[in-house]
Amino acid sequence: MTDKSTSRQWNLLFVCWLIAGAATLGSLFFSEVMERVPCVLCWYQRIAMFPLAFIFTVGLFPLDVRCVRYALPIALAGWAIALYHCLLYLGVIPESLRPCTQGVSCADVKIELVGFVTIPLLSLLGFTLIISLLLAVRKGIKQ
Amino acid sequence: MNKLVIVGGAAVVLVGAFVIGMNVYRGQQTEKVSQIAATDSDSPFNRPDAPMIGTIMAKVEIVEYFDPACESCREFYPYVKNVLEQHKNQVRLSLRYAAFHKGSDYVVQILEAARLQGFDIYVKSLETVLDAQPIWANHNNPNPSMVWTLLGNTGIDIERAKREMNDPRILARLKQDAADIVKLNVRKTPTLFINGKPLREFSPEGLASQVASEVRAAYKT
Repeated sequence: MTDKSTSRQWNLLFVCWLIAGAATLGSLFFSEVMERVPCVLCWYQRIAMFPLAFIFTVGLFPLDVRCVRYALPIALAGWAIALYHCLLYLGVIPESLRPCTQGVSCADVKIELVGFVTIPLLSLLGFTLIISLLLAVRKGIKQ
Repeated sequence: MNKLVIVGGAAVVLVGAFVIGMNVYRGQQTEKVSQIAATDSDSPFNRPDAPMIGTIMAKVEIVEYFDPACESCREFYPYVKNVLEQHKNQVRLSLRYAAFHKGSDYVVQILEAARLQGFDIYVKSLETVLDAQPIWANHNNPNPSMVWTLLGNTGIDIERAKREMNDPRILARLKQDAADIVKLNVRKTPTLFINGKPLREFSPEGLASQVASEVRAAYKT
């Protein structure tokens, strides 16, 4: 592998790290500072997003492209949940009828930042970007 | 080495943005609350029908939103009482109900029914209910009707309280608190305001120092 391609991979992973870090802190901002209680689906997405920040940190020092292997399944799982959550928001999928428990509805629109931008949409965007970047890194390894 | 600087720098920027955002957001919230306290004609900080501990003459008022089933409220209560004791006649406590837990609205109604029978009975009932919280307020299996048997030695007339706990005055009081909770964006219990300012640091020391500084400001000669 050439120096140029390793530095490209490092840069791509660094961007992944930035996205995962910003998403982690952003979701903590919503829950800890703005005190919005995360719904169940938000928690599942957090479970996927938080460890990515750590995996990428380790993968950057020293550069270890194999971290893509570990990060990709987690990111895909998070992406699937985020997609489901967005569809639930949009009403494409109805929230299943179940007994009321004290908690937070996943279909409630809590925050629309600019017009249509909701938290699950941001999450979907984050996971999509991370997955695309990881695929780009992986493509670099195979070549 | 260079890469370490880049990532470290980016981490500092991210965390810095978080901290700055936090301060900005909290500042805005405090501003909003003081705006309500100062200008709202129907201010949540002016509820003379809410239970008040201490004298009406006191110039500093602590408004506490609490839930009888909330553990932190139970733990924090002695510190609030301590502050009242320390600044006797200068600080009063206005209690508001935030019945967030399952079953606590029932207990709140019992407490308000106790208040109809006299203030001493109310305070005794309140303290008994908080004290015995682990018995009746298990989160998996709350049993608020158990409260009746616990109130035995508070001097309460239980039959009368059972009759009066659905009194329209009580229900109106609770409705008012629920509306104020929305207005003030109360999301946690206990939530305290001191002379219309949110408690900045939720700790016994934070409460003591903020109250002391409000007392100093109010009784400056």
